[in-house]
Amino acid sequence: MSAELLKLTAAGAAERVRAGEVSCGELFEAWRERAGADELNAYLWRADGPPAEQPAADSPLGAVPLAVKDLFCTEGVPSAAGSRILEGYRPPYTATAVQRLASAGAPLLGKTNMDEFAMGSSNENSGYGPVKNPWDPSRVPGGSSGGSAAAVAAGLAPWAIGTDTGGSIRQPAALCGVVGLKPTYGAVSRCGMIAFASSLDQAGPLTRDVTDAALLLRHMVGADPCDSTSTGLPEEVRLPSAESLEGLRFGVPPELTGAGIEPGVREVFEATLARIEELGGSVQEVALPHSDQAISAYYLIAPAEASANLARFDGVRYGVRKGGGDLRSLYEETREAGFGPEVKRRIMLGTYALSSGYYDAYYGRAQQVRTKIADDFRAAFETVDLIATPTTPTVAFALGEKTDDPLAMYLNDFCTVPMPLAGIPAISIPGGLSEGLPVGFQLAGPAFSENRILDAAHALELSIGFDGSAGRV
Amino acid sequence: MSEGAVAERTYEPVIGLEIHVQLSTRTKMFCGCALSFGEEPNTRTCPVCLGLPGTLPVVNAEAIHYGLMIGMALGCEPAPRSIFHRKNYFYPDLPKGYQVSQYDIPLARDGRLGDIRIHRVHLEEDAAKLVHAGATGRIHSAEASVVDFNRGGTPLVEIVTEPDVRSASQAAEWLRLLRVTLRQLGVSDVNMEEGSLRCDANVSIRPAAQTTLGVKTELKNMNSFRFLERGVEAEIVRQEELLRAGEPVVQETLHYDPRTGALTSLRSKEEAHDYRYFPEPDLVPVAPTEEMLERARAALPELPAERAERMASEHGLAPDMARLLAYRTELGDFFEATVASAGGAEPRAIANWVTGELTARLGESDPWESKVEPQALARLVAMVGEGAVAGSAAKDVLAVMVTDGGDPAAIVDERGLGTTDEGELAAIVERAMADQAAAVDKVRAGNDKAIGAIMGHVMRETKGRADGAEVQRLIRERL
Repeated sequence: MSAELLKLTAAGAAERVRAGEVSCGELFEAWRERAGADELNAYLWRADGPPAEQPAADSPLGAVPLAVKDLFCTEGVPSAAGSRILEGYRPPYTATAVQRLASAGAPLLGKTNMDEFAMGSSNENSGYGPVKNPWDPSRVPGGSSGGSAAAVAAGLAPWAIGTDTGGSIRQPAALCGVVGLKPTYGAVSRCGMIAFASSLDQAGPLTRDVTDAALLLRHMVGADPCDSTSTGLPEEVRLPSAESLEGLRFGVPPELTGAGIEPGVREVFEATLARIEELGGSVQEVALPHSDQAISAYYLIAPAEASANLARFDGVRYGVRKGGGDLRSLYEETREAGFGPEVKRRIMLGTYALSSGYYDAYYGRAQQVRTKIADDFRAAFETVDLIATPTTPTVAFALGEKTDDPLAMYLNDFCTVPMPLAGIPAISIPGGLSEGLPVGFQLAGPAFSENRILDAAHALELSIGFDGSAGRV
Repeated sequence: MSEGAVAERTYEPVIGLEIHVQLSTRTKMFCGCALSFGEEPNTRTCPVCLGLPGTLPVVNAEAIHYGLMIGMALGCEPAPRSIFHRKNYFYPDLPKGYQVSQYDIPLARDGRLGDIRIHRVHLEEDAAKLVHAGATGRIHSAEASVVDFNRGGTPLVEIVTEPDVRSASQAAEWLRLLRVTLRQLGVSDVNMEEGSLRCDANVSIRPAAQTTLGVKTELKNMNSFRFLERGVEAEIVRQEELLRAGEPVVQETLHYDPRTGALTSLRSKEEAHDYRYFPEPDLVPVAPTEEMLERARAALPELPAERAERMASEHGLAPDMARLLAYRTELGDFFEATVASAGGAEPRAIANWVTGELTARLGESDPWESKVEPQALARLVAMVGEGAVAGSAAKDVLAVMVTDGGDPAAIVDERGLGTTDEGELAAIVERAMADQAAAVDKVRAGNDKAIGAIMGHVMRETKGRADGAEVQRLIRERL
């Protein structure tokens, strides 16, 4: 019975609960046991018993338990954003998105591993050890939401949430063969998300299929009085039902689909474009002329914001405290001991980019590029409805393969970084396999076009018929 | 140029002020915590003002409203979209590692109060308070320092003037005007001792007639008008001595110790601080709607500077007198109530009595809380005008009114302080002139001042009830 349950999508399980075929308690226990079998290091914390408040069987999310990326604050539950500097830190409040999902009937199953402070594309920057890719444990799951992606792909969680700053939902979703959606900036409240880059961070679902993603998203979004930048979505998220792409125009930007894409990934991408046409959609080239500068702009803006966001980790009020005697040693030794090398690198990059005399040349210029990138997308969406690219240039790479070359690691994000710079939504769905590993297919749309994206992704998903069972360990 | 020329040169001080005003809003700048008034440490805090991970600021609408009121009261132009920035530096009283403040686009700019132009008015959050445990309570000898976050996040308005102030006394006088203006707005307690009004001064000097500015120093946190005046004066003197000795003024931040009069350099190492300002991504721009602007405009009371102008023209007061009354709201109100109830008393005479004799007797205390009623004061001034009581006797009447209250006419009757009748007075004058024959001779010989001796004699005899002008007339008739 429980093995059967674990094969269902979250929406499917919710239906069983609603029909009374399985109780909320049974469902939670089955998943709790399953999460306990994690051998991928996907979880940093798992519920040790049923939730304090059992959701109602008829709640919108059907009592299906949720895995939550470690950077979401959860009251009384460790929330360290994958960093040693917050080891053992238990926040006194819960993030709005997690609270909303819990109220809608998705109780907290566990906290998932991640790159420290969401800085990374392989999960190797976690302060608690890397996550392994369930399709091949010698490979990375992607990052920074690697724990969430791996847990869903491996069947260690029915669904999960993560955050995306430059691709941190879509890239691990692609490398693990699951669905990952980054909503429009402002759709989901950032309140309670331990910040990496405030103007880019956005929470979203990682799920087995597009329907589950829509279901989670529906209950995450909404303006929040605690987040001045939150807007919610203008219309309710619909559960997608489209089976055809009739009338939809898809744009393919050569800048994001040309050099750098490995042949196996290109093959899957082209096959998916052909499928779009079979389903009645049209495919045309569309220009995003500034997207080749997106990585450069991103690696100035995100570290600049991070350098300020991470200043609060000073050993004074919470988390690790080292040094002593005087203030300088408290700051220096706490931060030296608490932060990993990638976090230090980005703090230094960001501090430099904001320095007097360099601001205009770096941060200021990067913001100008950001505006150009947003303008590119706006212009493109005058001629097409959606933009299609591969999510990543390669399939999952080997653990340790890129750790010595930060630049190569950064370049891995070039297909996913332009969208958060423009604040627009994008989804990654499994497009197929290459070398036995999942390949992600990305669709991006204009701001607030989540329903359009979900519908198109649903039609494609039906047609592709991706079999993710090989990833379930 | 010879050394002598340098030594004798005169210098012009150029002073700009930076004022921090704690707003008396209900809650803090970016969270829902109530403002603190000396509660137990760390009892007015929440995850936001403690800078816990994942928390976000939300702008206090009341603080924006107060900020707009201040901007308008200072004649500034509110910005259509002002921006919050992060000012980055590490210090334990700054929980986020940055202060949310405004930088290149402040809430309002380009105004004027009195003679001084206002450069900008912006909103920010206050830091927490460090408490140094140890014998002296000062950081240098402290065994440990602890942080009280109650004050952290209190809304502040920073007001920056143009460098229009030319003397220490002008600085103090202008700050008084600012304080009374803010108090009139009802946006702050404006208490310098308690730190709800804090003033820094940028001071430089330059040779008279030079138009470029000299090197400035910054004097921090002078917590009374007196200290501001003394501190700025001491700094002007120090800079003059340096320049006269041919030494340069070094740009630095100084602390004035009012006990010793010493100026000491603060955080000279941190002078090179790079705050790495950048737009606060957690907040959206402040874009006041027409409705918000209208609400702020409607909330403005009559302000002291305007009131002084109105009182000068309406009541025919000299500008100095009008300012004296307008800058002390309660005094101005008492004056206007007295004028309103006056049975024929002249406003200028009332103003003289309110700012002169009444203030001399009441000091800083509020005349409304004294036993003197505006109607009673109006009657007294009218009686003086009619000659029913002499000026000097009227002062005694007022003294009784201040201690016991009551009606001036009754007091005059009771104590026999009314003016003497003309026949009686003439007789006294004649006696006095006989008695002071020497003085009479001197006056006749052209020494007019000698008349004082005769007057004094009359006043002694009448116990001050006689009207001085009348006495003088009677003496001159008889010379």
